[in-house]
Amino acid sequence: MKDTPLSNCERDFLLKAIQEKKRLDGRQTYDYRKIKITFGTDYGSCFVDLGKTRVMGQVSCELVAPKENRPNEGIMFFNIELSPMASPAFEQGRQSELSVKLNRQLERCLRNSKCIDTESLCVVSGEKVWKIRVDVHLLNHDGNLMDAASIAAISALCHFRRPDVSIQGDEVTVYSQEERDPIPLSIYHMPISVSFSFFQQGTYLLVDPCEREERVMDGLLMIAMNKHREICSIQSSGGIMLLKDQVMRCSKIASVKVSEITELIGKALENDKKARKAGGRCGFAESIPLERITALKMDETPMEMMDVTERANDIVQKAEVPPQMVQSPVVPVPGVGQVGQGLQNTWGLEEEEDEEEEDENEGSDNSAEEQEGRVSPMEEEKYEKEERDGGDVVEISDSEEEEVVILHPEKPDKAPKNTESSLHQKASNKKRQ
Amino acid sequence: MAVMEARCSSSVMLREFACEQNFLSQPDGSASFVHGDTSVYAGVYGPAEVKVSKEIYDRATLEVLIQPKVGLPGVRERSQEQCVRETCEASLLLSLHPRSSLTLILQVLHDDGSLLSCLLNAACMSLMDAGLPMSCLFCGVTCAIDADGQIITDPTAAQEKESRALMTFAIDSKKHNVLMTSTKGSFSVNELQQCIAVSQKASEKLFQFYRDSVRRRYSKTL
Repeated sequence: MKDTPLSNCERDFLLKAIQEKKRLDGRQTYDYRKIKITFGTDYGSCFVDLGKTRVMGQVSCELVAPKENRPNEGIMFFNIELSPMASPAFEQGRQSELSVKLNRQLERCLRNSKCIDTESLCVVSGEKVWKIRVDVHLLNHDGNLMDAASIAAISALCHFRRPDVSIQGDEVTVYSQEERDPIPLSIYHMPISVSFSFFQQGTYLLVDPCEREERVMDGLLMIAMNKHREICSIQSSGGIMLLKDQVMRCSKIASVKVSEITELIGKALENDKKARKAGGRCGFAESIPLERITALKMDETPMEMMDVTERANDIVQKAEVPPQMVQSPVVPVPGVGQVGQGLQNTWGLEEEEDEEEEDENEGSDNSAEEQEGRVSPMEEEKYEKEERDGGDVVEISDSEEEEVVILHPEKPDKAPKNTESSLHQKASNKKRQ
Repeated sequence: MAVMEARCSSSVMLREFACEQNFLSQPDGSASFVHGDTSVYAGVYGPAEVKVSKEIYDRATLEVLIQPKVGLPGVRERSQEQCVRETCEASLLLSLHPRSSLTLILQVLHDDGSLLSCLLNAACMSLMDAGLPMSCLFCGVTCAIDADGQIITDPTAAQEKESRALMTFAIDSKKHNVLMTSTKGSFSVNELQQCIAVSQKASEKLFQFYRDSVRRRYSKTL
C-alpha cells in the first residue's frame, strides 16, 4: 500500500509553526513525548510507547557454535522489523533503506558500544556460546522510531533472563526455569539514542520529532549516550552541515534526556520486579487501560454444558450412515476395472480402438489377434455380422444408424477403406453410448 | 481400536479475555485481544489502492500477514494466515469494494495456548473497528481433548501439550455455523460433534462480549 503524501499546505503550515517556535502537539522545543514502558508476561519482552509510537522489544537466546575468530564470546543479533502494521508504507519482507539504517544504528548503539559482557555468554570455549537475539517490532509509526527502538531493546535486554547451565566434564546441562532461577545478562551501561531534527538548514532544532515533523525536516542527528555522559555513537543524516557548537549543544541536551530515560527504565524494572515477587499477574491483560471506553475485559467464565452431549449424539445419529467403503470391482474386459453398479466403463475400450486404427493403417498382422482377444458385446455383434456377410465384404452406408462392418485386417490391399470404415464405426459407437 | 468417547465435564471454563479497539493511530482499524496470557495485536488497512498483479476485478483482495514474536514468519504462520484469511473472506462482503486491497496484520505478542482462536477474535474486532461491511461476525474457539477424554475449552500451552487432540473452530454469529476448522491429533466423529457443540456454546459468550464492548464504545458514559 502506498503512503499518503504530505500536501504543500500542511508542509507550509508545519514549517511556519516551527518558525514561530510552536509544535503541533503543544510541546516545547526540547520536550520529549510521554514515555511508557511495560513488560510482558515472560522475561525479555518489553513495550515502549513514545507518544503514539509503539514498539515491542523481544529478547530470546539459543546455544550455538561461536565465531571462529572469537571462540570465547557470545553472539549478539539485532533485528528491527518494519511491520506493515506500523505504517502503510512499510512492506512485508523487503529490506528498505529505512530498515537498514535503523538496524545499523541499533547495532552501533548496543553492540559496538560493548554495553553487554559477551564473554560471560560463553559456555564451552570454541564450542558453545549463547546467541542473544533481539527482535524489535514496530507496531505504530508516529515518528522517532530509533529512540523508541533503542529504549525497547535496552529495557528488554535488562529484563531478560537466560537459563542457567552447568558443565560437568564434557556434559552441558541447561536448566529450565523451574529447576534453577534464570540468570540476567551482565550489562555495563545503557546507551540510549536521542534524535534531533533540523529545519531550514539547521536554523531550528527540535527534540523527539513526530511523524509529521520528520516529513518536513532537513536533517537528523542521532546521538547514543549513556548516563555517564559517554557518547556511544553519533550519526548525522539528511545531508546538512552542522556547526561545532550545534553538535555540542545537542550532546548537552542528550545527556539530560538520557539520564531522565535511564531513571525511568530503572523504575519500570523495579516495579516489574516487585510485581513478580508479590506473585501478582503482570501480563498484557493487566496493561490494558480499562478506564477507556474502547477497552473491555471479561473475567473467567464458566459455561453451562448440560445439553452438549445430547446434542452431539443427536447430530451423529441423525447423520447418514457413511457408505461401506470397498465393493468388489466389476471387470467387464480384462485389463479394465470398474467399481459400482453404474454405466460400463468405456475408457479403455476407446483407447484400444485407436490403437486398432493405427495398427490397421500399418497393416500389421498381430492386430487381428488383438481383436480376437476382446469381448465387448458390441464388437461381438460385429463379428457376427462379419461372419454372416462372408467376412470380406465391405458395406459402407451413409446412414449412421446402420451397423458398419470392419474388414478383417488380413487384407492389406484394402487398408485405406478400412480406415474409413473404422471411423464410421467410431461415430456410430458414440451414438449408441 | 478402542472406542474414543469424550466426556464433557460440567464446568468448562473460558479464561478471562479482554479487548481494546482503536489503540493504534496509523491503521484504519486496530484491536488487541487477550485470552488469559495469550495476546495478539491486529491492524487493518483498507479499502485502498491495490497492486495490479493482485487486483481482482469484482471484489477486494484480502491479504493477511501474521508476525511471530521471534524471528521471521515461517510455515506455521503461513498456515495460520490461510485459516484466518479464509474465515475473513467468508464473512466480509468483499464484492462491495471491487479492485481494492484490504490488509490485515496480526502481531503475536505472547502465546500461551489457543493462539489461533485469539488471532481470529482479534481479526474480527479490528475489522469491526475499521468499519468494513460484513455479512456476519465470527469468533474463534479452541477445544482440546485430554488423555482422559475430557474436553477443555480455551486450553493453555501446557494443556495443549498434554492433549490428545486439538481443534479450533471459527463460528459465525448468525446461525452459529462453523466457518473454519483446524484440527490436530486423532478423535472420533462423536468427539468432533461434541467439540463443535461446546464451541457453539462458548461462541455465545464471545458474541455477548463483542456486543458489550461495542455497546460500551458507543455509550456516552463508562
